[in-house]
Amino acid sequence: MFEYAPAPESRAIVDIKPSYGLFINGEFVDGTGTSFKTVNPATEEVLAEVAEASDADVDEAVKAARRAYTRVWSRMSGAERAKYLYRIARIIQERGRELAVLESIDNGKPIKESRDVDVPIVAAHFFYYAGWADKLKYSGYGETPLGVAGQVIPWNFPLLMLAWKIAPALACGNTVVLKPAETTPLTALLFAEICQQADLPPGVVNIVTGAGDTGRAIVSHPDVDKVAFTGSTEVGKAIARAVAGSEKKVTLELGGKAANIVFDDAPIDQAVEGIVDGIFFNQGHVCCAGSRLLVQESVADEVLERLKRRMSTLRMGDPLDKNTDVGAINSGEQLKRIRELSEVGDAEGAERWEVACDLPTKGFWFPPTIFTGVSQAHRIAREEIFGPVLSVLTFRTPSEAVEKANNTPFGLSAGVWTDKGSRILSMANRLRAGVVWANTFNKFDPTSPFGGYKESGYGREGGRHGLEGYLKGEAS
Amino acid sequence: MSRIDVRKTYKLYIGGQFPRSESGRSYVVNDAKGKLLANAAQASRKDARDAVVAARAAFGGWSGRTAYNRAQVVYRIAEVLEGRREQFEAEIRASEGVSPARARAAVDAAIDRLVWYAGWADKITQVVGNANPVAGPFFNLSTPEPSGVIAVVAPRGPLLGLVSVVAPLIVTGNTVVVIASEDNPLTAITLGEVMATSDLPGGVVNVLTGSQAEIAPWLASHMDVNGIDLTGVEDVELAAELEVAAADNLKRVRRPSPDTDWLAEPGLDRMTQFLETKTVWHPIGV
Amino acid sequence: MTPIASSTASSPSATGVFDDVVRSESSLRRFLHGLPGVDQVGCEARAAGLATRSIKTTSKAFAIDLAIRMVDLTTLEGQDTHGKVRALASKAMRPDPADPTCPATAAVCVYPDMVPTAKQTLGDSGVHVAAVATAFPSGRAAMDIKLADTRDAVEAGADEIDMVIDRGAFLSGRYLDVYEEIAQVKEACARPDGTSAHLKVIFETGELQTYDNVRRASWLAMMAGGHFIKTSTGKVQPAATLPVTLIMLEAVRDFREQTGQMVGVKPAGGIKTTKDAIKYLVMVNEICGDDWLDPDWFRFGASTLLNDLLMQRTKMTTGRYSGPDYFTLD
Repeated sequence: MFEYAPAPESRAIVDIKPSYGLFINGEFVDGTGTSFKTVNPATEEVLAEVAEASDADVDEAVKAARRAYTRVWSRMSGAERAKYLYRIARIIQERGRELAVLESIDNGKPIKESRDVDVPIVAAHFFYYAGWADKLKYSGYGETPLGVAGQVIPWNFPLLMLAWKIAPALACGNTVVLKPAETTPLTALLFAEICQQADLPPGVVNIVTGAGDTGRAIVSHPDVDKVAFTGSTEVGKAIARAVAGSEKKVTLELGGKAANIVFDDAPIDQAVEGIVDGIFFNQGHVCCAGSRLLVQESVADEVLERLKRRMSTLRMGDPLDKNTDVGAINSGEQLKRIRELSEVGDAEGAERWEVACDLPTKGFWFPPTIFTGVSQAHRIAREEIFGPVLSVLTFRTPSEAVEKANNTPFGLSAGVWTDKGSRILSMANRLRAGVVWANTFNKFDPTSPFGGYKESGYGREGGRHGLEGYLKGEAS
Repeated sequence: MSRIDVRKTYKLYIGGQFPRSESGRSYVVNDAKGKLLANAAQASRKDARDAVVAARAAFGGWSGRTAYNRAQVVYRIAEVLEGRREQFEAEIRASEGVSPARARAAVDAAIDRLVWYAGWADKITQVVGNANPVAGPFFNLSTPEPSGVIAVVAPRGPLLGLVSVVAPLIVTGNTVVVIASEDNPLTAITLGEVMATSDLPGGVVNVLTGSQAEIAPWLASHMDVNGIDLTGVEDVELAAELEVAAADNLKRVRRPSPDTDWLAEPGLDRMTQFLETKTVWHPIGV
Repeated sequence: MTPIASSTASSPSATGVFDDVVRSESSLRRFLHGLPGVDQVGCEARAAGLATRSIKTTSKAFAIDLAIRMVDLTTLEGQDTHGKVRALASKAMRPDPADPTCPATAAVCVYPDMVPTAKQTLGDSGVHVAAVATAFPSGRAAMDIKLADTRDAVEAGADEIDMVIDRGAFLSGRYLDVYEEIAQVKEACARPDGTSAHLKVIFETGELQTYDNVRRASWLAMMAGGHFIKTSTGKVQPAATLPVTLIMLEAVRDFREQTGQMVGVKPAGGIKTTKDAIKYLVMVNEICGDDWLDPDWFRFGASTLLNDLLMQRTKMTTGRYSGPDYFTLD
């Protein structure tokens, strides 16, 4: 009786061109390589044809970045660099709705997230690092930029990851060659247009689209001084090997398998929200997702019951509908992986429960799912699924919770839910993870450093710490 | 007739003990003029493995100590070293053939370096940590934590370089497996004796002597080692190979710098390179 | 017009389930303090998240009519007169004289001395008379006076009693006193014929300050037999808010889970626009579900809200924005 009618955000605000070239030296140019298609994952509609940058294209981009670095950007005062970054932040705000709609179309994430989370944090990130540009001498990491930064970003937060990479790089005086993910190139190309609107000097930002080969060309280019990568641990390791023996500075933000630990004295309704936010935010395409729920045995049944009830109110469907909570899986390939690992969960004897809902017939969809009866030995408790699939484990004591939480090669994030202050601090101390969310989850802020322990990578993005990866540092 | 010396057997320093290499091997260590000084233990991959186990076992306790306590222990190493300075001066002169003044200067610098790092234990968090003013009702604090077990290839030389690479790691709570300078391993073991009598828990520092090229790859590829400091690797190809191997579990890597001037005051980076930043969020509400 | 069920509604009371809990001050305290805590930031974020739901067309038309049917049209002023109350009662029955399809409100809410006047005007229209009793709004009076206040109102024909709890007792931890007071007022709601006026228990959440307190007060009132739990008197700021209402909705949801009994929720004070009202309805829908989307189980304590609902209702039917001059100011 109280069904929400569809409330789609207008798509008219975006203007998707039939084809896109590469953004090199301040201009869109045709690549010398082939091209690929980017599709709307919610409909499988082809959105545009995008150039796949060849080695020669990447070389052009690096040359442009080097020229811009040597002739313009490294010579410009920090205060002037700051003004460009502030300009970019403002244009992002001005064109916020357009960016959000385009992000949702290309990525499949719900408009309420692209509109209320991604884009506002993107603008904030540029605004934050703009302010650092003329204050680097107070950073503790020196004031000397590295040179040309090669940056490769994933498809889960296309624009946000771009901001995390480009804003600190530019603030520190570096120039960049950035490759967006092959399934989500459109907002990066719109960002290139924003650079033009901001009159950013040519070559300071270069956007080259493509897949793995293009990424490899950037990472291994001899004139790249810095490599920043966000993506899978597997590729992260390959990059670490590729730069071995070179002078390149590297930061890696990789996978995770975060434990979200719920104690029996937790604020239970907020904990349930945190669990939902932890694993279903952005369809679970989040490296720091709380994909392992560790719940104290004494409240496990109650928490699960509440969780299932809450999950039943999640609205899945058209990413552009303002009432959509869970959007489309980003690609057919990712959907396949989620399905495979879920089937492994079945085969290993875990019990699957999923929200009963009609999935659209077109596009890539996977319903919010939980597996109960999972043990540490299960693959679904160890491997990153990167989808809306939660593995539920139980524990009896704080030590057991810590042991299980840390029993993983990853160490990106963790969650703790308890009303007892001293326990929060003790857990926060003992969890081997770069971000610990206590009585909250999946919060991000430009001032707050983000990054992992162990195989979740190294280096931090955000905050003062985020500058370290783009400066030479004090001599030792 | 003059008295016959009682010579020292130089062994490894692992888990607070001084075992021989499990391989039963040793190698000849000569002084600067090529005359036999002693046979040093030639550590094997299994010794390296045992050292990692000892370092891992010690990590929880050591990193869990208060910074003040770690500061006192590292300071204590300096105190004990000060008390044995003549022995170290003699060893350095023998090993490197330097003048008494140079040897004394090196020991002075090593002691002073330990004192300098000792003081950092309870200050590094304040200098590299941050309270972050996030745009929302959240308490948000970033603090450094030790990376874990760190393998170190010490630079050439008997004492100062070794102290300069080990002290910054342990003062922040890491535990260490260090491969001593292949040509000057004896003082490293004598330093082990100092550490063993300085309230430093067994396993926090483990010293291996032997072939860098033989042992280092095992440490570089070891999946329970969190970081590797290649400071003393002089062979560029070996360094690259070690960095490649280190990628297997994404170790934090410090690239070689064998020519560092060890008499200069260090910066923070030998500490910060093997620190993780942990950021904790909590809502602010009533 | 939909008649409002009163005697048919299930009537919660401190059944056997909670006998052990209310046996002593200490057992009651243990129970209330054993309820899960509420994290303020998380709770407010959830409420804000629900407030972004977008309601359009038919759902909106349904929501507006439902909201009108849920209004307890209220006047609680020292300057109230019989004339004012009569006008209000007329408006409650026919909110939009120009449109006979417009539903009536749930009730009018007045001081006890105005009950006969209201009752007289409303007759058998189906619109209830709710009376604020127990030394409203402060609740600072002797027990026998509060009970007499209640009995007088019921005797004068009140269908519903909106009582205030003793916040002083609650905040000083005398939970059993609060419990017994509610139970006694409930007894005083009984009519000679065996039926009973419905009891709404007002917490004055603005004085309770924390969401933990709101959750405890909710359980206390439900265990003591309140039919409705209500946020505020309207005399203290802040009055009703979305997060406070969220906590109370969670409480009634969980209470039904445990006892099988439904309790209603009434946010009151500060809800002025259709947009606000719809946010509350969305919250009811998502936290408690359909069952509570009914005037028997959810009410708005409001005065100016009604005219905004009427303006929006007219906009929905005519397609143009309306103005205040086209609606009565009673």
